[in-house]
Amino acid sequence: MTMQITEPAQAAVAAAQESTPARPALRRRIGFRQTLANALTLAWRNVMQLKHSPEKLMDVTLMPIIFLLLFLYVFGGVVAGSTHAYLEILLPGLVGQMAMFATMGLGTALCEDIHKGVFDRFRSLPIARSAPLIGAVIGDTIRFCVVIGVLTGFGSALGFRFHTGPMDIIAAYALAYVFYLAVCWISVLIGLIAPSPATVQGIAFIWTMPLVFGSSVLLANTRTMPGWLQAWVSVNPVTHLANAVRALTIGGPVGSNVLITLAWAAGIVIVVFPLAMRMYRRRV
Amino acid sequence: MTTVIAAEGLTKRFGNTQALAGVDISADAGRVLALLGPNGAGKTTIVRILSTLLKADGGHASVCGYDVVSDAVQVRQLLALTGQYASVDEELTGTENLIMICRLLGLSRAESRARSRQMLERFDLAGAASRAVKTYSGGMRRRLDLAASLLGRPEVLFLDEPTTGLDPRGRSEMWDTVRGVVAGGATVLLTTQYLDEADELADEIAVIDHGLVVASGTPEQLKARTGRQTLAVRATDPALTEQAAAVVAEIVGTAPDVAPNGLVTAAITDPAMVPVVVRHLDDAGIVAAELTLRLPSLDEVFMTLTGHRAEDDVAASGNAETADRNGRAA
Repeated sequence: MTMQITEPAQAAVAAAQESTPARPALRRRIGFRQTLANALTLAWRNVMQLKHSPEKLMDVTLMPIIFLLLFLYVFGGVVAGSTHAYLEILLPGLVGQMAMFATMGLGTALCEDIHKGVFDRFRSLPIARSAPLIGAVIGDTIRFCVVIGVLTGFGSALGFRFHTGPMDIIAAYALAYVFYLAVCWISVLIGLIAPSPATVQGIAFIWTMPLVFGSSVLLANTRTMPGWLQAWVSVNPVTHLANAVRALTIGGPVGSNVLITLAWAAGIVIVVFPLAMRMYRRRV
Repeated sequence: MTTVIAAEGLTKRFGNTQALAGVDISADAGRVLALLGPNGAGKTTIVRILSTLLKADGGHASVCGYDVVSDAVQVRQLLALTGQYASVDEELTGTENLIMICRLLGLSRAESRARSRQMLERFDLAGAASRAVKTYSGGMRRRLDLAASLLGRPEVLFLDEPTTGLDPRGRSEMWDTVRGVVAGGATVLLTTQYLDEADELADEIAVIDHGLVVASGTPEQLKARTGRQTLAVRATDPALTEQAAAVVAEIVGTAPDVAPNGLVTAAITDPAMVPVVVRHLDDAGIVAAELTLRLPSLDEVFMTLTGHRAEDDVAASGNAETADRNGRAA
C-alpha cells in the first residue's frame, strides 16, 4: 500500500491506533527488573550493530596479535632468556592489558551515539535512566570476548600452555571480565565528558598508558624499577590483575591479588557509576 | 475539553542566550497545536522541556495533568517524540529499530515482531524492513521515526520540524500521516518554520519569536488579526501587467507587489476599493484573468506580528537553537 493517497493513509494510521486497549494504570517508578530488561534490550542493540558492521571488531582482533608478537620477540630474549619462557609471563599479563585497551572503544561509541539523536529517543521512553549506559557496558562484552579469545588462541598457537586446572583458568578470565566491566564505566564517563568522539581516544590513551605500562603486565619481576615507580606499580590495580591471572593460569601463589583486584573493581564502580549517571543526566 | 498540554511561564537560558523568556501554551485533547517561528526562536527548547529531555529554569509544564519534572516517569508513558534529527539507529535495520523500541516498551518478543511488521507495512516501509537505516532516504527515515513513535500508542505526540528537509511529496505524505494520528485521537504538538504547514495542519497556532509567544489563535484568527486583506489581480495579457499594477497603485495609494507570474498584490484596508479597481481596469481595457480579495497569508501575518519576515531570521539564526545543542554538550 502507498502513503501518497490521503484517505487510505489516514485510515491506516488511525487503524494502527484504534485497536488501543484501555491504557493500564501509569507506573510511578521503574523497578530493578525492568531496568535489567531494558539494559539487556539495549545491549542486544550493540550486538546487532556489531553483526552488521563486524569491521568494528577489527581493533580488538588485531591488537592482541600485534602486541603479542612485538613484545614477545622484542623483549623475550632480554627479559626471560627465551621467547618461550617469556610467553608464559607475557600472555597472562596481556590479558590485563587487553582488557584495559578494549574498553576504549566504548567511550567513543557512546559519544557518537549522543551526538546523533538516538539517545533523545531513549530518554523520552518510559525506561530506566541508567538502562542505555548499562546496556552499552553489557553489550561491550563481545569486545572483551574477542580480544581475550584472540589473545589466548594466538598465544596457544605460539606455544603457550596452561599449567593449572579448568576452575583456576575460568576464575582468571572471570576476574579479568569483572575488572573489564568496572573499567568500562571509566570509558563511559570519558565518553560523556568529551566534547567530541575524536577527543575520546586521546583522553583514553592518557589515562590508560600509565596504568597499563606502569604495572607488572610485561614482567613479573619489578625489583629493578626505581622506588617511586615500584610504589606506583604496587598500588596499580592492573598489576594485581596481571599477577592474579598469572598465578591462576601458569601457577604460583595467588596471594591477595584476586581480592585487591575485586576491591578495585568495586571501588571504581562505586565512584564512577554515579558520576557517569550525573554527567549523563546533565549532558544528554 | 480537557487540556492535555499546558505550560506556564517557561524560561530557559543557555549561557548568554535567553532561549525562552516566559512561554505559555496549552493544547486541548485531540487537537493539533503548531509552534510557528523561525530557526532559533525557541521551539525545540519548548519541545525538549515538554518531553522531559530538558529542565526549564523557571515556570512549569504538564502533560495530561502530570508535571514534566516531578512526574516525568508517567509523562514518558504518555508521550512520543519525533525529533528534528531522526532518532533512529542508522546501523540497525528498520525491523530491528522497531523491535528494539517495542521490547523497551515491555512487549514480548512475538508481540514486538508482529507489531513492528504491522507498522512497517502501514508506513510503506515493508520493502526496506531488513535494510540498514543508513541506506534509507530522508523521507523513509522520518516515516520510520514516526512509526517508532507510534508503537507505544502515545496520547501525546511531539513532532519537532517533521518535514524539514523533505521533498514536496515527502511533506504531503507526512501531513497525511499527522492527520491520521489526530484521527486516531492523539493530541499533537508540532513545531515548524513553514507557515503553510501550520495553516494546513494546526487547529491552534502559537507564533514564537525570540523565546516568547508573540501571538496565538486559530489560523483564521491570526490572519484576521492583521486587520488587512489582500487584493490580487492578474491580467489575461501578461504585457498589460505593468498597466494593471499602475491602476492598483493609483487606487490603493501604495506600490503593489508584482510576482513573476504577473500576479499583482496589494494590502487594502477598505473592501470598497475592489469595485473601483474593477471599473478602472475596465476603463483601461485590461481583462482580469484573476481578481480576488483574500485574507492575508500567514507569511504576511508573521511579518505584521514580528516586524520581520520569517525567512530573514533563518539566515541570521545560529543563536538559540545552536546554543541549545551546545548547551547540551556543555
